[in-house]
Amino acid sequence: MALKHVNAVIVGAGAGGGVVAKELSAAGLSVALLERGRWYSAADCRKDDLCNQRTQVLGAKFGPDDERNPRVAVDGKGRETVVVASDGAYSNNAACVGGGTFSYGAMAWRYMEKDFRMRSTYGAVAGSTLEDWPIDYFDLEPYYEKAEWEMGVSGDVSNNIFKAPRRKPLPMPPLPPNREYRILSPAAKRLGLHPFDIPMLRNTVPYNGRRSCMRCRWCVGFACEVNARNGTHNTVIPEALATGNCELRTDCMTREILLDARGRATGVAYFDANGRLQEQTADLAIVCGGAVESARLLLNTKHRLFPNGLGNRYDWVGRNLQSHTYPAAIGLFEQEVYDDLGPGAGIAICDYNHGNPGLAGGAMLANEFIRLPYQFLSAVPAGVPQWGPEHKNFVRNAYRRTISIMGPVQEMPVFDARVQADPKVKDYWGIPVARLSGGKHPHTLEIAGFAAAKAEAWLKEAGAIRTWKRLPGASLSGGQHQAGTCRMGNDPKTSVVNKDCQLHEVDNVYVIDASVHVTNGGFNPALTILANAYRASGNLLKAWKGSKARS
Amino acid sequence: MPNQKPSLKRRTFLSAGLAAAAGGAAISCGGGGTGEGWRFFTAEEARTVDAICERIIPADRDPGAHAAGVVNYIDIQLAKRFKKHQAAYRKGVAGVDAVSRARFGKRFAELPPDQQTQALTEVGAKSGAFFNLVLNHAMQGFYGDPRHGGNRNMASWRMLGLPLPPVRGRQHYDDPKAG
Ligand SMILES: Cc1cc2nc3c(=O)[nH]c(=O)nc-3n(C[C@H](O)[C@H](O)[C@H](O)COP(=O)(O)OP(=O)(O)OC[C@H]3O[C@@H](n4cnc5c(N)ncnc54)[C@H](O)[C@@H]3O)c2cc1C
Ligand code: SF4
Repeated sequence: MALKHVNAVIVGAGAGGGVVAKELSAAGLSVALLERGRWYSAADCRKDDLCNQRTQVLGAKFGPDDERNPRVAVDGKGRETVVVASDGAYSNNAACVGGGTFSYGAMAWRYMEKDFRMRSTYGAVAGSTLEDWPIDYFDLEPYYEKAEWEMGVSGDVSNNIFKAPRRKPLPMPPLPPNREYRILSPAAKRLGLHPFDIPMLRNTVPYNGRRSCMRCRWCVGFACEVNARNGTHNTVIPEALATGNCELRTDCMTREILLDARGRATGVAYFDANGRLQEQTADLAIVCGGAVESARLLLNTKHRLFPNGLGNRYDWVGRNLQSHTYPAAIGLFEQEVYDDLGPGAGIAICDYNHGNPGLAGGAMLANEFIRLPYQFLSAVPAGVPQWGPEHKNFVRNAYRRTISIMGPVQEMPVFDARVQADPKVKDYWGIPVARLSGGKHPHTLEIAGFAAAKAEAWLKEAGAIRTWKRLPGASLSGGQHQAGTCRMGNDPKTSVVNKDCQLHEVDNVYVIDASVHVTNGGFNPALTILANAYRASGNLLKAWKGSKARS
Repeated sequence: MPNQKPSLKRRTFLSAGLAAAAGGAAISCGGGGTGEGWRFFTAEEARTVDAICERIIPADRDPGAHAAGVVNYIDIQLAKRFKKHQAAYRKGVAGVDAVSRARFGKRFAELPPDQQTQALTEVGAKSGAFFNLVLNHAMQGFYGDPRHGGNRNMASWRMLGLPLPPVRGRQHYDDPKAG
């Protein structure tokens, strides 16, 4: 039986897709929201430190499953491997209702003005496709505010003298400082830096009918047991459903966008929870699958007019895959600094995001989320033997006495860091899988080295008796902060969507997720994805002239 | 002392494996199982892996990998999540015993600790991939959640001074105003 025609079919119920579903359904459009993963609840928090969304040695708890969703990873030497979601090279984010926002750490950053004008600020960088966004900070500002107030953000950025202008403060106060915060804050001030409370999509007081954070040990990567962390799964998606205009279908894997003879979209084809192929017709097809899967879906949509994939006439789909390069410094202290108060991260500085001599950008620096014992092992410095009595002794002595500071370096986009549809390997449903190749730009690694040194200096000032750095390698950047694969721009020859997130090639197909980011800021990206989704939905609704379908 | 009373050690060891197997009744037996309570390992392999893990995380004033049942974690996972590593273990464990015999004339589990360390160092140099695999799995089994078969009695968490049993949160104790 044919499915009822809808105004908009949205692929992916993550950060971008959740917001679009709510904005469109609230405006009266009929919406089908397709999500390949399941809908987990707060009760699915099993505090499993080996199987969650951050530590995936026993699987990616919130999807996708290892069995049905392979990818191909090509390393720096051109070697191809078939990888599963729990492998590092897979570049996983998540697959569930809420997407990454279901289990994220919930840092809720606004990018800075210069983050939208990287090319004008720093000029061309050889070997990079560094470019300005076609919109600026002020185009997004009202929507940052909307995301902060509708979804709920806590924190206090008033001491951040580098922040971009904003009209309203955050709706909720920050959590009381933990022990790390109390050590790091005066040290930063002594160094002339400007520490402040990280904005977080986390309730610190009851908000939106849900309670506040209880400061547990299992935050980032886990479900929030008390539903105090705000993702699209407990904010905009339930609101979309409450309008009566939006139907959410889980366990539904979209295969391709359906196109008519003239190349306009008529809907999507997807496999439902029972593995049956379904066709959902729609006036608009809105792709919100995250940077890897959105690019894959466009590339897997083939048509006489689009032989190399939809939106890909100039070979920009899947290009410029970027994320964040994370350098870190770790400090060992004489006294105990661990106080078992989640979420752990709380203090940040933006002193090194821009204006660093000789560098095109920089990174925000913050203390790390609470570390579970197994996660802590990656903080053991190189000089300590990897096993045996000394290793054990080090872990025992250092676990409660270390602070880690890290930051998301804004990456220099690389044209050859890319997603393709693999010519051979197919997933469980027979759909060509994503093939990932390329690596980081050398300047990104230079900035990472700089940021790690600044983090180390901060720890030293805070009284660390020993410090060491953790520097990232040159391999491809993707994963949780993946972005950039369907660049937004004014020129159809060097971008995939226009500034309204509409494909240059087909006016009723949109991409609204991290894929459209031209550059990814020196900050975690979720709030920008959410804000841009509010903005793009608003522009879409302004242009909406009603259904063209004959009923 | 382990090598002074091998038979006793072996018995306690096997019963530990059996107890854990009973606890995880939902898990089916792996194909390579020997009917001695192990899902994948033979009893001899289990002894070797147990001894390797104990060298990686030795007992000192706190329990080591043996007391924490780390080999049990690895055995369970080899029959489930780590099926793809079965061949590597079968070959790798035999390799460790071969190195031990060639160098010291005995199986790995029968060597005194310092010779075990020497043998393992040699294995690490010769077959790094296998050594790293066991190293990672041993760390997971020791520091990870006990629900997966290792970290018995939360040995590592006690060692690190994590409040036990894991409390739900803190704010409702520390801050009476919390909603
Ligand atoms: C553990 C973790 C911690 C994080 N911490 C932070 C943080 O502190 N701050 C921050 O800003 N960001 C954080 N992030 C990143 C953030 O979650 C992502 O940037 C964000 O979710 C990306 O949004 P998106 O809309 O692009 O894609 P997603 O949120 O990934 O949504 C895409 C959705 O589409 C679905 N989908 C894809 N393809 C298909 C298909 N073919 N058919 C049907 N459905 C499909 C996917 O299953 C997924 O649910 C974190 C992420 C993780 C996993
Ligand atoms: S630390 Fe707070 S927000 Fe995070 S999971 Fe625990 S209760 Fe939820």
